[in-house]
Amino acid sequence: MTDTPTVQFLSVEGEFAPTESAEEYRSYLDRLSDTELQQFYRQMAVVRRFDGEATNLQRQGQMALWVPSHGQEGAQVGSAYAARPQDHIFPSYREHAVGLVRGIDMLAIVELLRGNTHGGWDPADPTNGNFHGYCLVIGSHSLHATGYAMGLQRDGLVGTGDPEVDAAVLCYFGDGATSQGDVSEAFVFSASSQTPNVFFLQNNQWAISVPVSVQSRVPLYLRSRGFGVPSVQIDGNDVLASYAVTAKALDDARSGAGPQFIEALTYRIGAHTTSDDPTKYRENAEQEFWVKRDPIVRFEKYLRGLGEGDAFFDDVRTEADDFAADIRARTLVLEAPPIGTMFDHVYSEPHPVMTEQKLWLERYEASFQESFQEEQA
Amino acid sequence: MTTVNPSTPTSATPPATPPAPAPAVQELPMAKALNLGLAKALADDPKVLLMGEDIGRLGGVFRVTEGLQAQFGADRVVDTPLAESGIIGTAIGLAMRGYRPVCEIQFDGFIWPGFDQITSQLAKLTNRGGGAFSMPVVIRVPYGGHIGAVEHHQESPEAYFAHTAGLRVVSPSTPNDAYWMMQEAIRSNDPVMFFEPKSRYWPKGPVDFTGSAAPLHASRVGRVGSDVTLLAHGAMVSVLMQAAEIADAEGISVEVIDLRSISPIDYGPIIDSVTKTGRLVVAQEASGFVSVGSEIAATVAERAFYSLQAPVLRVAGFDTPFPPAKLETVFLPDADRVMEAVDRVMAY
Repeated sequence: MTDTPTVQFLSVEGEFAPTESAEEYRSYLDRLSDTELQQFYRQMAVVRRFDGEATNLQRQGQMALWVPSHGQEGAQVGSAYAARPQDHIFPSYREHAVGLVRGIDMLAIVELLRGNTHGGWDPADPTNGNFHGYCLVIGSHSLHATGYAMGLQRDGLVGTGDPEVDAAVLCYFGDGATSQGDVSEAFVFSASSQTPNVFFLQNNQWAISVPVSVQSRVPLYLRSRGFGVPSVQIDGNDVLASYAVTAKALDDARSGAGPQFIEALTYRIGAHTTSDDPTKYRENAEQEFWVKRDPIVRFEKYLRGLGEGDAFFDDVRTEADDFAADIRARTLVLEAPPIGTMFDHVYSEPHPVMTEQKLWLERYEASFQESFQEEQA
Repeated sequence: MTTVNPSTPTSATPPATPPAPAPAVQELPMAKALNLGLAKALADDPKVLLMGEDIGRLGGVFRVTEGLQAQFGADRVVDTPLAESGIIGTAIGLAMRGYRPVCEIQFDGFIWPGFDQITSQLAKLTNRGGGAFSMPVVIRVPYGGHIGAVEHHQESPEAYFAHTAGLRVVSPSTPNDAYWMMQEAIRSNDPVMFFEPKSRYWPKGPVDFTGSAAPLHASRVGRVGSDVTLLAHGAMVSVLMQAAEIADAEGISVEVIDLRSISPIDYGPIIDSVTKTGRLVVAQEASGFVSVGSEIAATVAERAFYSLQAPVLRVAGFDTPFPPAKLETVFLPDADRVMEAVDRVMAY
């Protein structure tokens, strides 16, 4: 555990300039192929474009709400890539890039925020990369992630030494969530049982309109140490730092070394949600400071420095546009779910009240059909 | 704190199912019947685990889990850190992983730090997931008065949970039901709030180990009668049985229904009984305002209006906080308070 903050590999100008604290994570970068570096960029760019398209769709009345991820792509893509297929992810509700990396159909997030579902994707479906559901109550899912990790322990999937077997749980939350009792209890329970958890905090500086200084008088990465959970602070807009530090934390968790905590310093460039107006509480200068630290721009500079040319970036732009167009096309044809479905999964087992009320509603709806037909007759 | 060794696979070999206790019918207190029900569930299914505060070496503050940690191990009967939201939140994660956690909340009044996890998460996750996974979690809550305890130790919060879709809420009134309903609750793939009437932990009653479990949602006719129907759950059922004796001496024939399940409510037998007697009194320890009794009174009025010969009356705790213990017998309805209501409905 180092007390030297902040782990960073890429300077703001996109030069490879590891901080002293980054050295111990450097070997993790050696694993990355050129193709994987390209993929980091590709996923960040695609999700940025997706996020912009979804914001537009909300403005056009296609969704009640959108939750922008703009600015946090570096923290999300790097950490998500660090997870192995057998790991499990418990997101908050802004982790669109993590969902993309883990393979969910991104339309499912649109369906959720459009009001078609409360969930959107099946975490038990292997094609969804063990990406569990979004959790809208701040911090609640940190305990679910801890309990899930207890289950992995009980299943004998921790500390066997077999990299194909050992698994961990990666849980995302934001700076506001650190004030929630559930997050503190997650630290307590995970430390107590030495569960294979990695808690990944995206400190985007603002909990809606409240700055992080209201949540904590000390850097948040220090918060977990009193609970016995080792921690690291990283530059969250450096996708390489996010990848390397998360990879090591997950390795440690899988090996049985217990829970780990990462604070990724980043910034929510856009609004908290499309219902929010950050001009009421934030200074332009602050936003400009962070725009200069944009994770995608920074990584593009780095890749160009490695010799990547216009053809690649043009190709990614086309792919991102196609991705957004596909989301738009499929959003426009989404239909509301059948009304009876609201009763279907309230319980797992037959329930007389659900049966009775579903039947009543069907008859009630049908009564309008009958009177309509009578009027026509 | 007993920790699970993080690097050792646990629950590898479930203990063999113990033979059914002999003799087949035994006089036992409810606390012991619950203990045997939990032991049976632990023996039958290696995915079942108990978790809570002081439930391991101590056996729980009411000793309901006494001996179970020694019998099944510290990884099956887990002493948790002292945090109700943490207990329930981690139980949810375990259920997502395929386990069947049984959580003990030490006292009724201590459940509130876990209320958000129960109502916003446990109750809703199956629905949120579109049925992709179940939430087979049981939350045991010792509840109710008559034990002379300090504040937060004698409350009846069941209505808060009955109001929440996605939960099943049950409460046994006899040792036999306690034994069987505990196993049914653990077998259920839905989350079950299991309210244990703590004033009934110690009186003995017959437990028939050769019997079979009634459906979890089924009510039970505790006494057959013809003039008035008395209805309750948990500890109040024994008060109704006392009232029925008093009424019988006065020439009033009382039918007693033990709800067993508070959500869902088994209305068939209730409506049948009210159709026969024409009179209903619903009794509970909880405050009457927006309560289980209110709900039943409303539904019976909707469904059996023309059978009723008198208004449905509620006998309940007052709409005050549970008072200091020296006043609890004033707050809690007794057989005389029930009889006052019986006399009123018989006056019609």
